[in-house]
Amino acid sequence: MASFNQRLQTALDSDLAFAFKRSPVAMTATTIFALLAIAAVLAPLIAPYNPFDPATLNLMNGFTPPMEANEFTGQTFTLGTDDQGRDVLSTIMYGLRISLFVGVAAVLFAAVLGVTLGLLAGYFGGWVDTVVMRIADVQITFPSILIAMLIFGVAKGLTPVEARDEMAIWVLILSIGLSEWVYYARTVRGATMVEKSKEYVAAARLANRSPLAIMFGHVLPNVMGPVLVLGTIGLALAIIAEATLSYLGVGAPPTQPSLGTLIRVGQDYLFNGEWWILFFPAVTLLALALSVNLLGDWLRDALNPRLR
Amino acid sequence: MTSTLTSRLAIAALTASFAVVTTSVEAETLRWARAGDSLTLDPHAQNEGPTHTLAHQIYEGLLQRDMAGEIIPALATDWAVTDDPKVWRFNLRQGVKFHGGEEFTADDAVFSLKRAMKPTSAMKELLASVADVRKVDDYTVDIETVGPNPLLPNNLTNMFMVDEGWTTANDAVEPQDVANGGENYLVRNTNGTGAFMMVSRAPDEKTVLKANPDYWGKGEFPLEVTEIIYTPIQNSATRVAALLSGEVDFIQDVPVQDLERADAQEGLKVVKAPQNRTIFFGMNMGDSDITADNVEGKNPLADVRVRKAMNMAINREAIQKVVMRGQSDPTGVIIPPFVNGWTAELAAYPTPDIAAAKAMMADAGYADGFAIRLDCPNDRYINDEAICQAAVGMLGQIGVTVNLNAQPKAQHFPLIKNKETDFYMLGWGVPPFDSEYVFNFLVHSTTDKYGSWNGTRYSNAEIDALVVSLATETDTEKRNLAINKIWETVQSEQLYLPIHNQILNWGMKDNINFDVQPEDQPHFKFMTFSN
Amino acid sequence: MLAFVIRRVLQALGVLLVVGFISFCMFQFMGDPVEGLLGQEATEEQRRELIERLGLEDPIPVQFVRFVGNAVQGDFGLSYRLARPVSELILERLPATLELAFVSAIIAMALGIVLGVFTAINRSGFAANFIMTASLIGVSLPTFLIGILLIYVFSVQLGWLPSFGRGETVEFFGWRSNLGSWDGLRSILLPAITLGLYQMTLIMRLVRAEMLEVLRQDYIRFARARGLSERAVNFGHALKNTLVPVVTVTGLQLGSIIAFAIVTESVFQWPGVGFLFIRSVEFVDVPVMAAYLLLIGALFVVINLIVDLLYFVIDPRLRSDRAGSH
Repeated sequence: MASFNQRLQTALDSDLAFAFKRSPVAMTATTIFALLAIAAVLAPLIAPYNPFDPATLNLMNGFTPPMEANEFTGQTFTLGTDDQGRDVLSTIMYGLRISLFVGVAAVLFAAVLGVTLGLLAGYFGGWVDTVVMRIADVQITFPSILIAMLIFGVAKGLTPVEARDEMAIWVLILSIGLSEWVYYARTVRGATMVEKSKEYVAAARLANRSPLAIMFGHVLPNVMGPVLVLGTIGLALAIIAEATLSYLGVGAPPTQPSLGTLIRVGQDYLFNGEWWILFFPAVTLLALALSVNLLGDWLRDALNPRLR
Repeated sequence: MTSTLTSRLAIAALTASFAVVTTSVEAETLRWARAGDSLTLDPHAQNEGPTHTLAHQIYEGLLQRDMAGEIIPALATDWAVTDDPKVWRFNLRQGVKFHGGEEFTADDAVFSLKRAMKPTSAMKELLASVADVRKVDDYTVDIETVGPNPLLPNNLTNMFMVDEGWTTANDAVEPQDVANGGENYLVRNTNGTGAFMMVSRAPDEKTVLKANPDYWGKGEFPLEVTEIIYTPIQNSATRVAALLSGEVDFIQDVPVQDLERADAQEGLKVVKAPQNRTIFFGMNMGDSDITADNVEGKNPLADVRVRKAMNMAINREAIQKVVMRGQSDPTGVIIPPFVNGWTAELAAYPTPDIAAAKAMMADAGYADGFAIRLDCPNDRYINDEAICQAAVGMLGQIGVTVNLNAQPKAQHFPLIKNKETDFYMLGWGVPPFDSEYVFNFLVHSTTDKYGSWNGTRYSNAEIDALVVSLATETDTEKRNLAINKIWETVQSEQLYLPIHNQILNWGMKDNINFDVQPEDQPHFKFMTFSN
Repeated sequence: MLAFVIRRVLQALGVLLVVGFISFCMFQFMGDPVEGLLGQEATEEQRRELIERLGLEDPIPVQFVRFVGNAVQGDFGLSYRLARPVSELILERLPATLELAFVSAIIAMALGIVLGVFTAINRSGFAANFIMTASLIGVSLPTFLIGILLIYVFSVQLGWLPSFGRGETVEFFGWRSNLGSWDGLRSILLPAITLGLYQMTLIMRLVRAEMLEVLRQDYIRFARARGLSERAVNFGHALKNTLVPVVTVTGLQLGSIIAFAIVTESVFQWPGVGFLFIRSVEFVDVPVMAAYLLLIGALFVVINLIVDLLYFVIDPRLRSDRAGSH
């Protein structure tokens, strides 16, 4: 493990960190992402209201414009309220929580699954490789949103209505994760095949280390770079996929809205001038996805200088 | 009755001929959109507004309501009670042809009414009082009721006539069995006598109708529309965009938040009228335990105190002001004011009082509340899902944690009919304008002929008997007393949680002359255009 | 050559069989077809008769073989929701989706190549940087939001283009097309742009990267040295060499364009298979879902196969590559 930490340390100290400090885009993107992540994590502590507590909810506050006093209750909300009288700022913070949680969990799920299968396929080759790669071929046939809708449809047919709301989040994670693992598997498999033939692996083999130890101890650290890039870009994809599914009504339920759900609701009020119900969640989603995308872009270039 | 009828017809004929003189004979295509599609073309398989709207353009009943909601002759020219007070006689219009060329006769009328009384028919409750239907001669039909039924014609306005030969030949004597996913030839094919005939139909996409060149009503109705293109647009933003950008000429279901904008836009107008429809929640109070809650072994909704507390927690004025933007009329009873039996006292509703409601909950042993699922449609009534969401918040304040299950009407309604929901939203219109209709469907316990939409499982033999007696009670005063007595029981038992009566908004091009029909039933043969 | 083709075709068939098995499983485990067809009031006798008629008592492999046999003939049974044969429903709506996917792929290719070339030639110019940044915003905005914004600007505010549906369609040999009338063309524009935007940015970035790579190559430098004009170099030599990967990627993306049409069709009320599919998911209409799954699977496999075979023809090195994977 020491070697892993060491390698990571060297990598961070030298190229990446240096490049990072020199890139205003990367730094801005990181700052924005960090701010959004903090807002999401701390939402229960810092959000002005808890939009899911019916006791604090007053329907009469509905459709209050930003920074204006409500005509019935006199209350003022920084970003206005939605159709149910919920504070838009608070719903965005709670929505961010769900969007980010789903995104990160889906990426982790995909990465763990993909990296493991990729390592196995690349290291062992032969029939293991064939099986994994054929499954990958079938999997890649179906875009994430289709897989998600199918899983959602199947789950809807199998589970009782009461369980659907709780289930929805896990269905999202499972389906988005399932559709993304192939990229990790393919990348890691290729890299593993290259690494496998290198001397240090041969040496470790001679020292009688178990294949598992070799794979995770020696090969994995060396393929982490591309995995990191994939993970970052995958996070943006996962966030957008989640928003899309929620918009289509097969994602997060309205009582537990993600950013996509909020946009779906806000869409109804775009034409009559109540723009803030759509606008603020949409801008938040854009900021989140864009900052992650910029980071991913930068990371790819930084790790692969040839493209610059 | 006959005199008013003739004068009405004379006026209709006059206005019609006037219309012919002033407007050019050019083809007028009407592009019409609303939120949902017709569920089936089988005219007896669904008792549902949008399904009837499409059917009304193609099929006709013996009589119908015009755009003001008044009953006018259609396939019957006149009708009256015979010497036997239990028998109504209908004289049929002669020389009427179905779109397929078959002549409309008494055999078809008898066949159609009997078809509408079959077990799979959704219209059977309306004919629950009918004992027999008889052909007298080719153009005369007698309907015999169990007892005298002075209001029988009111129940026939949506009772469509099909051709006996055509229906039998296509093996569709039984109406489509909707509850069990059945189908038959009539689900996809039409053959009516109406002013329009089917050109093409793709469910959920587009239905095209064209004027019936041999329509019997030429000269009686304006008939200026020569082609109808009907597109259901579920997404409300897309629907409004279609009206605002001029891609459709006429939409029902204008989202309340867009009324102002649509009305202000040049070339468009919005026409409003109170609708004959009340929106309410139903609760399963009859079963000893229910599945949609988190209470084991008993049913919290069975306790009238719980139902009263829930009623008191609903802030109807907030729903009216915010969710409906003023486009509703809050009420405490499940009938609109047009309906015989409505009184101001019945329509009164409690001021929301969370503390008092909580006390009642505690009284009933639910101080900590309970959790329950609310089933709600999301494409049927004006802002149906938003109303349910608002109710979730309001009921949450008295400790009732509501799990909202909002889904399309085609999935929602079977839950009620099959008694698979314990807490649900429903909207009810009253085409006969009489409380008896509401009682037959929503209050009488569920039997073969009655109570098919009574999801409360309420069953009271005394009330049932009283409901049945209404059909044959000829003494108006006694009948109204009985109606009032039933309503008092319904209210004191808090059978339903009424929310409001809908206000209808139709958006259309400026040059269209069309009044809002109180049942939300546009009959396009009445539409005229000014240029 | 023949061995390679046969192997690829067999693999494609294998993939299809797996997809078929997944659809079959959906039938098996979701929604009891007997309940669905008979309802609650059916007698035990009716139930048994139906089970026998549908062959539900046969062993699973036998049922699967029957399912595949039916699927090959295009028989997926009746839709639970619309009570019509599934194949009929899908065939009716497929042209709308294919046409939308086709038009959006054309738009994506045309705009993507032009912008890609532009940003590659003017790498450090202000306009090129602006386009690159805008393209990142483009991929960070979900399709549905772009669709809503386009409707808002072009239909509601400007009133230039229709906001929903196919408009007027013209029938060519049973194929209902949008491309035969002015109204139909106007109707397809917004949905096609919405659907193609993501692919456009993808192609643009690909073209840009390939162009930069090619422009560095020796023969370009020789061409410049020979005194060929910039235009001739950029378009005559450099672009030509980038086109093969671009066409490949677009081809491979066609399947996902069709799948992503679900979103666009739902925003624009476009009556294609995607719109049918999303309604079917809402209603848990298993036969339609299963058939759609197979359809997308088949399309993707066929496209993959064609691309593979084309590569084989174009690139002789592949012919000795026994692994055959890509």
